[in-house]
Amino acid sequence: MTVVTATKRSAQGAERADGGLRPSDRGAWFLVLPALIPILVLSVGPLLYGILLAFTDAQSGRTEPTEWIGGLNFQDLLHDTLFWESFRIGLLWAVGVSVPQFLLALGLALLLDQDLRLRWLARALAIIPWAMPEVVVGVMWRLVYNPDAGVLNETLRDLGLGDGRDWLSGLGTALPAVIVVGVWAGMPQTTVALLAGLQNTPRELHEAAAMDGAGAWRRFWTVTWPALRPVALAITALNLIWNFNSFALVYVLTSGGPGGRTRLPMLFAYEEAFGYGQFGYAAAMGCVMVAVISVLLALFLVGRLRGGDDA
Amino acid sequence: MRTSTGGRVGQYAALLGYLVFLAFPFLWLVSTAFKSPRELGSLHPTWIPRDPTLDNFRQAFDEQPLLRAAGNSLLAALGAALIAVLVATPLAYVMARHRTRLARAATGWVVVSQAFPLVLVIIPLFLVLKNLRLINSQAGLVMVYVVWALPFALWMLVGYVRAVPAELEEAAAVDGAGRLRTLVSVTAPLLAPGIVATGLFAFITAWNEFFFALVLLKTPEKQTLPVVLTHFIGAEGVADLGPLAAASFLATLPSLVVFAIIQRRITGGMMAGAVKS
Repeated sequence: MTVVTATKRSAQGAERADGGLRPSDRGAWFLVLPALIPILVLSVGPLLYGILLAFTDAQSGRTEPTEWIGGLNFQDLLHDTLFWESFRIGLLWAVGVSVPQFLLALGLALLLDQDLRLRWLARALAIIPWAMPEVVVGVMWRLVYNPDAGVLNETLRDLGLGDGRDWLSGLGTALPAVIVVGVWAGMPQTTVALLAGLQNTPRELHEAAAMDGAGAWRRFWTVTWPALRPVALAITALNLIWNFNSFALVYVLTSGGPGGRTRLPMLFAYEEAFGYGQFGYAAAMGCVMVAVISVLLALFLVGRLRGGDDA
Repeated sequence: MRTSTGGRVGQYAALLGYLVFLAFPFLWLVSTAFKSPRELGSLHPTWIPRDPTLDNFRQAFDEQPLLRAAGNSLLAALGAALIAVLVATPLAYVMARHRTRLARAATGWVVVSQAFPLVLVIIPLFLVLKNLRLINSQAGLVMVYVVWALPFALWMLVGYVRAVPAELEEAAAVDGAGRLRTLVSVTAPLLAPGIVATGLFAFITAWNEFFFALVLLKTPEKQTLPVVLTHFIGAEGVADLGPLAAASFLATLPSLVVFAIIQRRITGGMMAGAVKS
């Protein structure tokens, strides 16, 4: 509450200050420049440069000058079945991670919002996946999945469910196995965002609904979900993007194997750029990835927002 | 609101399930780190090492230059955190207090930058840094990490600035304090805890980072801890499990400790940044 009121007050203050300060605002430039220069040189600039590179035949370590080749990279990409296979895997991975991530995080957030004992422990443990270096998360799960020394196969053996298998190098099991790791690694952020959203839902409304005899399920759909929906949409959209762009986890777990079954587009483009030195071609891949992701995301958001109007 | 006993039991069962899911991989990592090579080679591994040993830690330091890598990581993370906070705080202040076009553009960049695919940025970044002769250098990596940490740092800092009532600054101005004086002696002290939390978060982000370090650092002497950790995994994907687990455990400790300190502030900051005015 205090944060909100303070924000409102300072916002009014900001408008006043704005009116008074703008004419002589050389000071503001002085405050902004130290951040602006690195942003322009190392973020905005490279992004634009990257888009231009996609239309050239740039390669690493070549002596001849780089030339414009128009849309040739994109034409090649269109027929590059390996790339589209990798793209398909990337989409499977992004959706396969983001959806369970959201459902599990929602469950955990709802539990943490209750007055349960051991809540502090869950909060403390949720730090682990969030704070860990991605490389270590990958290493850790390699140990879990290890065919001989791993805890997963040993547990299966103890339960009499067969001898287990080599999860990360099986053609059928590799992608599901890395998806589980992705879900584990991203759950805490999503939980925290949803929990914050839950704590902003009006308690009184909840109690009133309970008085009227609404069951837990009904209370969730009529009171909690409408208040939570904007947060849920935002975090899911972000998760989709982040997961589609993920690299380190799968690089450590499988390096894209077996037989390319877990070769996410980022891994593919990385190999193309820094393994084979095809800078222009890899940049074109990046452009296609941005374009497709933006379109999918726009469709997802528009669809969700529409669905909300009907409800 | 009362929940039925059955409901309560169900809730505790679910919570227990989450606790196990969240904790077990880490416990397994710790357990593996203390097992002897003989035990790791045998079937039927146990949760508690049969005869716990520190050999894996010793061997890890023998096999890979972990201390030097940790030093490199520390330098990169400290540099990135300090510079990120120094350049982000003034910009966040302007973004929170002024509604100029520039402030709006900065906010737009913070949002859009989350969607940048790294591939599209890393190639030109590599070329730009190569031209500046900053490939394979700590300085180049720190610059990249600063920009990389900026969106989240700005997001959090804007929230913290907004929580400082503008009336306080106005009161100081009425009392005759100049603009700089007001910022330094009124605003800055109130912002300090938020600035520290933001800096520590930037520290963890840089300490954990892998992709940029992998691409930008070529020689082993320059490489950071996450990159060196991957050297424990051989070309065929065969890893020396014990030392790998030991080194990974050590590499995680700083992140866990720092994160535990700032957890509350981070979650609070995310919310504060999200409050629209």
